[in-house]
Amino acid sequence: MRKLALLIFAAIVGGAAYASSAPAPERIQKGEELQISSADVGQYGGTLVVGQRAEPKTLNPVTATDGPAREVIGRMMADLVHINRVTQQTEPALASSWKLSKDGRSFTVKLRRGLRFSDGRPFSADDVVFSFRVYLDEKVLSPNRDLLTIGGKPIVAVKIDDHTVRFDMSRPYAAAERIFDSVAILPEHVLLKTYEQGSFNQALTLNAAPEAVVGLGPFRLKQYVPGQRLVLERNPYYWKADRNGNRLPYLDEITFLFVGNEDAQILRFQSGETSVISRFSPENYSSMAREQQSRGYDLVDLGPSLEYNFLFFNLNELPPNKFSQISQEQVWFRDLKFREAVSLAIDRQSIVKLAYGGRGAAIWGNVTPGNKLWINRELRHPERSIPQAKELLMSAGFSWGQDGKLVDAKKKPVEFTIITSSSNTQRLKMATIIADDLAQLGMNVHVVPLEFRAVVDRVFQSNDYEACVLGLGGGDADPNGDMNVWMSNGSTHIWNMHESKPATPWEAKLDELLNQQLVTMDYKKRKRIYDEVQAIIASNLPFIFLASPDVLVGATKQVANFRPASLEPYALWNADELYFRQQGVTAAK
Amino acid sequence: MLSRRKMFIIVTAFAAAHCGILFAGFFAPYTPATQHREYAYAAPTKLHFVDVAGHVHIRPFVYPSVPVEGDGFQYREDPTSTYPIRLFSRNSDGTHLLSVDAPAHLFLFGTDGYGRDIFSRVLFGGRVSLLAASVATVLSLLIGVVLGGVAGQFGGLSDTLVMRGSELILALPWIYLLLALRASLPLHVDPTKTLILLSVVVGAMGWARPARLIRGVVLSARERPFVAAARGFGASEWYLLRCHVLPQTLGIITTQAVVLIPQFIAAEATLSFLGLGIGEPIPSWGNMLSAFQQFQTVSSYWWMAAPLVALVTVSTTYFVLADALHQAGARINSGRSYA
Repeated sequence: MRKLALLIFAAIVGGAAYASSAPAPERIQKGEELQISSADVGQYGGTLVVGQRAEPKTLNPVTATDGPAREVIGRMMADLVHINRVTQQTEPALASSWKLSKDGRSFTVKLRRGLRFSDGRPFSADDVVFSFRVYLDEKVLSPNRDLLTIGGKPIVAVKIDDHTVRFDMSRPYAAAERIFDSVAILPEHVLLKTYEQGSFNQALTLNAAPEAVVGLGPFRLKQYVPGQRLVLERNPYYWKADRNGNRLPYLDEITFLFVGNEDAQILRFQSGETSVISRFSPENYSSMAREQQSRGYDLVDLGPSLEYNFLFFNLNELPPNKFSQISQEQVWFRDLKFREAVSLAIDRQSIVKLAYGGRGAAIWGNVTPGNKLWINRELRHPERSIPQAKELLMSAGFSWGQDGKLVDAKKKPVEFTIITSSSNTQRLKMATIIADDLAQLGMNVHVVPLEFRAVVDRVFQSNDYEACVLGLGGGDADPNGDMNVWMSNGSTHIWNMHESKPATPWEAKLDELLNQQLVTMDYKKRKRIYDEVQAIIASNLPFIFLASPDVLVGATKQVANFRPASLEPYALWNADELYFRQQGVTAAK
Repeated sequence: MLSRRKMFIIVTAFAAAHCGILFAGFFAPYTPATQHREYAYAAPTKLHFVDVAGHVHIRPFVYPSVPVEGDGFQYREDPTSTYPIRLFSRNSDGTHLLSVDAPAHLFLFGTDGYGRDIFSRVLFGGRVSLLAASVATVLSLLIGVVLGGVAGQFGGLSDTLVMRGSELILALPWIYLLLALRASLPLHVDPTKTLILLSVVVGAMGWARPARLIRGVVLSARERPFVAAARGFGASEWYLLRCHVLPQTLGIITTQAVVLIPQFIAAEATLSFLGLGIGEPIPSWGNMLSAFQQFQTVSSYWWMAAPLVALVTVSTTYFVLADALHQAGARINSGRSYA
């Protein structure tokens, strides 16, 4: 009897699974200029379940800034030229080819012919021109707008014919076609009306009807259940095929489960409820790795990411009388010898070991070993040395009292507070280790964990802090991604915000070099300039660089063609090529 | 009613715990902030009596541990040399009851994520937790006795004010009050100040219950015949309260003290757990437990629960003691009423 009940139950569940299956891929039409994937030929079917810590805030590719939203939207949208996350090089996407004019000021892009949006309507140059119009509209407030503005003037898209678009720039742009990566091409036939009515920002919210979310990516929206999950199904008109002429993607569906936090994400992955995991902390890696075999998943350590963590001091020009305590201490912080001594005293190897369980790299500059194309390998990596640090402090006028406490020339004891985000245990550990290291120099350093928003507020707005441990990076490997940090007028120039002109000669030099690399088209020349940038940063220490965590990802053994990369999104960037090895062994729905 | 033996065990545990905490510097093998970075998350050190060759040692010994190559924080014992436990050895930071020579380590409760000895931190952390709780208890009892005594003895407006005030305090969600209070303070408050602040805040919030109890006792005591007699001889209300009524509340004050201390230990732990208490690197049971917010710590490093065990043990001894005191008090009182 019980067996019968189980059978019926299985039949119902199986039936439900069958009923919910995605649309079959459309037959390939004549004249459809498909891209042929070089990945292994797979088989159709299955639902890939992924745990997400937070819900996406929007489905609007133009305005999305949060990680979960980008991860979901990236599967539904496509760009003209795409950066291959593994090779870090560009490759054709919606554009079949592109050509840069001799003066470096205009791109002519040829579009693939015969492509269709996820609703079956044709794609043409009008959609490209419309998309750039939206991205560059000041009222839309797209975070990409800055990147698409070169030399103060936005890039201009001109339709040449139905399958050719020309992009004009006010001056040559070194990152060249990389500029097109992640600029989603929007369907003019769906969005033009909303855009012209001025309500584009309200379009494509999470509550939008699935039919209204139209794109050129491998998947399209099927269902969104607030607080639970978001389901994508196969886009039957997707423009890639495998070597045997099967239209991609192989997967029927991708389900994003909203699980709340990292612990829940890990538990669901370990129990087999989700098939892919990324962005988990290195501390969890070792305990998960122990169960790899018994639970049937593979974890991959891809080596250092592009994220760099650092300690920095408040070097802002503070209003007189407002933060008199901090102003007094800034005399130390502004002294390069002081910062050098701090850098020399920090035990970076211990940071990597204790904060990242050994899965990370100690760094001395803003480019991590994960960025193979741009790192300056000549940069010095001074060994940790307390005696050398003490010598430096002495030469800067510091001395030690009877009790071994460090005092400055005015006999004021060196004491300050490092703030950091309380939710990031790794950075909290870094700060605690630094405090302990600096105690060996006789400094009295306190660590105050604050809620992340409070940290951001103090650093960017009120400037009410002495020192802070933060992390940046992770986006593109190209130097341009970091311009806003290193340009003296950059929006993330956090050690000294709101500089009207470069505060120091080396910051002026940085501005000059960064502007120069922006228009240098030759990679080697540009690399030489950027090497100098890195050297200037490393020797002037606006940031005291600490460590970069490894990119860690995992997938169940059934997931094939899984090729994680050290650029975001680490695991799902090639979702169109993923497939399940054995049909029917898909993860639970 | 506890048997004599059980009572003995409880009192011994109580005394041992307090002795250990009071003389933490002597009982702890290391200072609480010393980081042994190469031994992060090391499991408790095993004590051996029999070595690999099969020889029995009278004095327990340990093997030095070496990190296992590969993943994470794993260590194995290196049985090539033995290091006996030393008693009363002296080093730069004083005399320690137990210690071993380098390169071996004595981590009786294992180490935390920075390689700090958890046993030492539990002992030193107990100081913070107990001290804050004791100060808070004294403070809340002081306020409770004064307000409860006045309310009971004089009645009228003072009674109404005190009682409504205590209800207000009892109804307030104190944790939010504390969060708000902490947010209004400067970024870094030094540990001594934090400790005082913690005690004062917890104490100031904790007077309501003792005050209500004391008021009850005062209400009944002021009607006793000998108090009435003294009043008949012309004694003032203040005099009666001081010399005749308040001494009657001594029993309840003692019991309350013993009940409040573990409550306040828990309150301190809660605040430190939330990051509102004493900051790193000074240990308290609460801030040590905050590492337990991570699943991976709970699943992989069980010894990090040591402060929790200490917290429960100490609290239990207090509660049992309170129970015994209460019963003893009842016996004395009932004896008196027959006299």
